[in-house]
Amino acid sequence: MRGKITKASRHVNQNEGLIFEKSSPGKRAFDLPPLDVAPVDPRNWLGESYRSEGVDGFPEVSEIEVLRHFTRLSTWNYAIDLGMYPLGSCTMKYNPRVNEFVARLEGIATEHPLAPQDLSQGCLKILRLLEDCLLEITGMDAVSLQPSAGAQGELTGLLLIRAYLESQGNPRKTVLVPDSAHGTNPATAVIAGYAVENIQSDSRGQIDFAKLGERVNEDVAALMLTNPSTLGIFEKQISEIVEILHAKGALLYMDGANMNALAGVARPGDFGVDVMHLNLHKTFSTPHGGGGPGAGPVAMKKILEPFRPIPVLVEKENHELALEENRPRSIGRLRAFGGNFGVLVRALAYILAYGPGIRQATEDAVLNANYIRKKLEDAFELPYNLPSMHEVVFSDARQKARGVSTMDIAKRLIDYGFHPYTTAFPLIVHGALMIEPTESESKEECDLFIEAMLSIAEEAASDPDLVKHAPHSTRVSRLDETAAARKPILRWKPNR
Amino acid sequence: MRYLPKSPTERKEMLEAIGSQSIEELFSSIPERFRLRELLNLPGPLSEPEIIEYFQDRARENSLEYASFLGAGVYDHLRSVITDTIIQRGEFLTSYTPYQGEISQGTLQAIFEFQTLMCQLTGQEVANASMWDGSTATTEAVLMAERITRRHRVLVARTLHPQYRDVLRTYAKSSGLTIEEVSLAADGAMNASTLRAELRDDVAAVVVQSPNFLGAMENVPAMAEAAHSCGALLVVAITEALSLGLVRPPREADIVALEGQSFGLAPSYGGPFLGVIASQDKFVRQMPGRLAGQTTDSQGRRGFVLTLVAREQHIRREKATSNICTNQALCALAATVHLTLLGKAGIRELAVQNLSKAQFALSELAKIPGVRRPFSAPFFNEFTLAFPRAVEKINADLLRRKIIGPLALEPLYPELPNHALVCITETTKRADIESFARVLAEALAPVEMRA
Repeated sequence: MRGKITKASRHVNQNEGLIFEKSSPGKRAFDLPPLDVAPVDPRNWLGESYRSEGVDGFPEVSEIEVLRHFTRLSTWNYAIDLGMYPLGSCTMKYNPRVNEFVARLEGIATEHPLAPQDLSQGCLKILRLLEDCLLEITGMDAVSLQPSAGAQGELTGLLLIRAYLESQGNPRKTVLVPDSAHGTNPATAVIAGYAVENIQSDSRGQIDFAKLGERVNEDVAALMLTNPSTLGIFEKQISEIVEILHAKGALLYMDGANMNALAGVARPGDFGVDVMHLNLHKTFSTPHGGGGPGAGPVAMKKILEPFRPIPVLVEKENHELALEENRPRSIGRLRAFGGNFGVLVRALAYILAYGPGIRQATEDAVLNANYIRKKLEDAFELPYNLPSMHEVVFSDARQKARGVSTMDIAKRLIDYGFHPYTTAFPLIVHGALMIEPTESESKEECDLFIEAMLSIAEEAASDPDLVKHAPHSTRVSRLDETAAARKPILRWKPNR
Repeated sequence: MRYLPKSPTERKEMLEAIGSQSIEELFSSIPERFRLRELLNLPGPLSEPEIIEYFQDRARENSLEYASFLGAGVYDHLRSVITDTIIQRGEFLTSYTPYQGEISQGTLQAIFEFQTLMCQLTGQEVANASMWDGSTATTEAVLMAERITRRHRVLVARTLHPQYRDVLRTYAKSSGLTIEEVSLAADGAMNASTLRAELRDDVAAVVVQSPNFLGAMENVPAMAEAAHSCGALLVVAITEALSLGLVRPPREADIVALEGQSFGLAPSYGGPFLGVIASQDKFVRQMPGRLAGQTTDSQGRRGFVLTLVAREQHIRREKATSNICTNQALCALAATVHLTLLGKAGIRELAVQNLSKAQFALSELAKIPGVRRPFSAPFFNEFTLAFPRAVEKINADLLRRKIIGPLALEPLYPELPNHALVCITETTKRADIESFARVLAEALAPVEMRA
């Protein structure tokens, strides 16, 4: 039996080939202003380096074709602007458009990072205010806005820990990573020069306290902890975890991917975290843009401050702000030109819009997740039943009995007008459905989602094939990922 | 609050449905003593007009009214309304990484087109979906070379962007790489015989930038031949990707690390920009970052997916080729639209304008007594000049005329006192070049008279 699809209906969308297939010699989409100096013959100046044949294969199309091409492609995407995008741990919230506007202002978008700093005080003031706001929100002592994304924030954090431990005489060998952690955590630890030891979660999905005690010794540099965890559950024994680590001289790194559960409610600095990153493209609303850009500022306690990446924002005696490069104890530079400044601008605009009211956003995010949990817990298996914060993780155990997996349910959700939740993560839940609604969803949107999920649960029981072959309403049906990987086609080539 | 879509009544209804007495109860898993009793001390809340006003005020405290001759890895090029219109479409702006292919075909096809454009531009066989920026792309290219060769020593041209070298050193410290610098020859580029003298069979990669930081074009085929003669890979970094509109692509390189900021992205005080790694098919399984690939759906229709994911952190965890997850997707889309607009003719014309204006500027500046170009290697839109007095003093004179002068090189290269790097793009006005020359002539005149 086909469920009732309330939210979505089908409508025509356009077919469109690759831009290279539309190309025809002599068409153009761009005119330059006239050159106000004498043109030179590049052959004379570049010699051997001259590219006489031009860029072979570049498209030749007109402006309207370019606009239509990309507009047509855009209509093949789902987006937050269309509806709920409940990817767990991704915090797909509303991206306010005023943030886009201010990041594009003349004087902000146009500023060169090597301009004399006394002429760039506006940019530096933006950085300072954002630093102050993030310190207030995290309860930490110092922050670096440089990291380009969460993964680089993690690396920055671990390099700070390494530098600090080195200054104590021994950088140590191992970083502990819970089995529920995001894949970037172990991948980063290796780049930071550490061996990774996975630690198992206990039966409640929390850090196994006894095991942690056994594993922490003088070789352990740090524990990388996501709190709330990827199950959306707060580590209740956080103080005890901190005590175990600190007693052996190890530090606590917090992956701040789930900070949307805490902003304005609790501060990592208060519960003992030594260093953490924030994902501005999650908690602080900067758009994901189909995969980036993001920003991953790192907030730290005082003991790590001397090692901050260069440049460091400082206030001079005359109260002017400056970027200081001469910091002998610094871990160095993580990327050129200071950071994803445009992303930092957007995040500050978001914080200014809320002010202290940011707590309300956190409360609504947690309210939505708990509402969805309550309404779905009779239809889906809840493998860990401690209280949820900003997200809830179910498993497909009940639907699996009819051969329907989390991926099938996710694909069927597309037919109902929603983007899927996160599937098959965290790894400690077999067949996970990881749902994070964020505060941006109205009660109406949550109710439609719940209705869709309950309807799919019924379909899984009554007509499992309908779910297993979903989606049925998209431009393309399920794509052959195996073939794509076996014989990779990674670029267009002309038929010759 | 305008971003939150709930009425007090709805919040109450939802709490009741959950069976909770209060919102506070939903946070009961956080130990009581860590729960904040007071609101945070944050500025705001601000209305939309107030937010705009705050940032407009900051914009006015920047160098808005100045002409500039700065480049050095960040270039002020023309950008188009079309590009900005496309990347602000909600379906691109507010979508996630395209893991769910069936409702992400727009993003996936655009990435596939981007990868194709990057291959055409660099002369390489495969390009990834983006890295964070040119500096991290260069570092990841070196780590990739280390995995391929299983060697741990790296020779880096001293003319690689100083900040790129810094980033490489930061990553090298913890990953056991040894970084050694190769000095520049008299013509401003790297000399193949100097390089050969430094090469041993323990070298994983040779890294050169072309055009290099001082503006000089490197002889990529000669560098490749030298590197390959002892089994090392050649990594070519490119900070001014527009040069490829006129300059032959680094086909002989094993890995190209490119900064694509020139393709429709604003200087934006340093980011977000666009890193790219391009390489050869045989190395694809050692590449970092996402890749979109062509495939078919269950009915044989063409479609695109993220592929070769067994390289990536979400699958391989500690054995991944890189820790990168979030990349610069929207910047890659901007570059895709921008390059599509430019097309085959446009990118060449734009590059010719840059070269022509740079040549004009050089002729205007170099005819001033005491000013000379110390290097003979060809350049694109940046060149080094040597002055008879300190660059800082010249730049102070220029600033008084609302001109941000060229980048002083001495702080970065102590061996180049009184040298500066001049950048000219199609947006540099002839009148500004002439003002620069006039102020410079005036500034240098007394020195010449004393001489």
